[in-house]
Amino acid sequence: MTAFKTLSVAMLKGFVRDKATLFFTFLFPLMFLIIFGLLLRDAGEDRTKIALVGDGSVVSALRESGALEFESYDDENAAVRKVQDGDLPAALIVRGQRIDLRFAQSDQVRSATVVGIVNGFVDRANLAATGQPPTFTFTAEKVEDATLKPIQYLTPGILSWGVAVSAVFGSALTLVSWRRKQVLRRIRLAPISTTSVLSSRILVSAGVALVQGVTFIGVASLPVFGLRLSGAWWLAIPLLLLGTIAFFALGMLVGAFAKTEEAASAAANIVVLPMAFLSGTFFPVDQAPAWLQAVSKAFPLRHMNDGMLDVLVRGKGIEALAVPAAVLVGFSLVVGFLASRVFKWEE
Amino acid sequence: MTEERSAVVVRDIRKSYGELKAVDGVSFTVAEGEFFGILGPNGAGKTTTLEIVEGLREPDSGEVVLLGESPWPRNVKLLPRIGVQLQATSFFDKLTAKEQLQTFGALYGVSAGTAADMLELVGLADKANEQENKLSGGQRQRLSIACALVHDPDIVFLDEPTAALDPQARRNLWDVLRAIKERGKTIVYTTHYLDEAEILCDRVAIMDKGRVLALDRPAVLVRGLDAPTHVTLQKGLLSAVDASALDGVDEAHEDEVSLTLSTRRPAPVLSALAERGALDGLQVRTATLEDVFLDLTGREYRA
Ligand SMILES: Nc1ncnc2c1ncn2[C@@H]1O[C@H](COP(=O)(O)OP(=O)(O)O)[C@@H](O)[C@H]1O
Ligand SMILES: [Mg+2]
Repeated sequence: MTAFKTLSVAMLKGFVRDKATLFFTFLFPLMFLIIFGLLLRDAGEDRTKIALVGDGSVVSALRESGALEFESYDDENAAVRKVQDGDLPAALIVRGQRIDLRFAQSDQVRSATVVGIVNGFVDRANLAATGQPPTFTFTAEKVEDATLKPIQYLTPGILSWGVAVSAVFGSALTLVSWRRKQVLRRIRLAPISTTSVLSSRILVSAGVALVQGVTFIGVASLPVFGLRLSGAWWLAIPLLLLGTIAFFALGMLVGAFAKTEEAASAAANIVVLPMAFLSGTFFPVDQAPAWLQAVSKAFPLRHMNDGMLDVLVRGKGIEALAVPAAVLVGFSLVVGFLASRVFKWEE
Repeated sequence: MTEERSAVVVRDIRKSYGELKAVDGVSFTVAEGEFFGILGPNGAGKTTTLEIVEGLREPDSGEVVLLGESPWPRNVKLLPRIGVQLQATSFFDKLTAKEQLQTFGALYGVSAGTAADMLELVGLADKANEQENKLSGGQRQRLSIACALVHDPDIVFLDEPTAALDPQARRNLWDVLRAIKERGKTIVYTTHYLDEAEILCDRVAIMDKGRVLALDRPAVLVRGLDAPTHVTLQKGLLSAVDASALDGVDEAHEDEVSLTLSTRRPAPVLSALAERGALDGLQVRTATLEDVFLDLTGREYRA
């Protein structure tokens, strides 16, 4: 057990002291998260903003519902001018009990929405004022639909990709470097099982994946980006670990064929990059053409990504892990077996 | 030397790579506590031989008994008793000298404290917290040897530990090797420096082209040559004619700066020179293993 611990610590130190690895593990994916997060921040923003003059109980109720956004003006003329200029679809003018809505006639769809919303709130306020119980009861509840705000799909996507990159590169480069420097042969001459050595290295990768998860989700949750996690987000942890093992196995396979670190790096990129693009790392894959979606189903990263989306932002429960977990475990077994077949102790 | 007391017994091992016979029928034994050298130029088959004995390679034929066991296939029972330094210095990435030792120690279940103590033996205590890639060539070699010794093995295999070192670093390393021998370890090491092996080894096997050409104590090999001793003096102390008349001198030869006498009986020659007070600039050069190599192969020794 102490051997396992010492080995894990040694490998962790080796990892932490390698600046290039740290960059590609943490900063590089974070750069994507930040750049895309900022670029796409306002896309998918679908609440309508209208001008507002005055205040009152109807306005508070509207505000609380979040159905509309307001831009306040002191002066009625200024508010109406905004509508005339086409900057805002409507202006709500509240003077005591009197509520006026002025809307632009050009944008009929949005105007109708605004009129409908405001009308509804005024009616409800009127009913409440009579003190009568309502004849019909009406409740509305939000449904999280498939369309997500960019940060909601970017975070799970970039997290899956970052974990995959770090696990593939981590295992491939370690393997090649150890073979080239004859550390593998040296280990073979020690009375320790290959499993101990391998599992201590996987443990390091798994720890790194968890830190990546915390970091990326932490940054995405900052107010600028506004990621909102859903209920069972912690189900991402088993998914991170399974993903680490699957991509670690892939790295072992790449490392078995590569002779030098440079070759291993290039090969790992060739494997990981296309997979990342086709698996929904940077855009939601359900917007891609059907054939592409079908192709992407062949990649373990696609399934890891789907699982991440489901548990992190779609509010799904443990049942959402079934397919991704099965795919990742299957992939690990098959690829791990292949890697063990082609594994070489020396050059 | 009986075989039960032998740390290593090698019988007629062979290994070919395609057409090339890297090891072509090598046999030798190494006694417990012995410092045994495998010498020869590059490509002689030293590494291949050593790695077959360590159990890293399978011989095509022949037999190896290492501490009473067969090292091939990988023999886990044997591994804690042998320490190996490979020809390439193998270290983990980005670890300090102390951490390298502790990590290699961990592979053998050695505690971190014990592992760190090895730095003392190889004179690297002050480099404990230096990263391995910042060490000099000699320091790296010493660290590599310490890593081979970290689990206190009975027998140590060192593959060209002194290659590519400057003279001072080589001498420092000799002290380390002697200290290891003093701890009662059996040492099997390869080198292409014949002069070094002559100084360090109890016995040597001289290899060339996959075969052992000679195997004995260095002094015995050299004596067996029956080569003359060369005595060199400053020029002008004695004429070449007078010198060749001295008892025991076979031949005298003079150049611009010195007079060189060849003799097979150096004792009377030296006393005759002393009587005449003609000892200025005296140098005595006896035959070396390089002469043995020349004698065996008919060609000059080139590492
Ligand atoms: N794995 C290998 N494949 C092919 N040839 C090899 C291999 N290992 C060693 N050789 C060849 O075998 C010969 C002996 O090599 P080696 O034992 O390394 O010699 P030394 O250690 O004395 O320099 C050399 O000609 C070398 O090129
Ligand atoms: Mg060699």
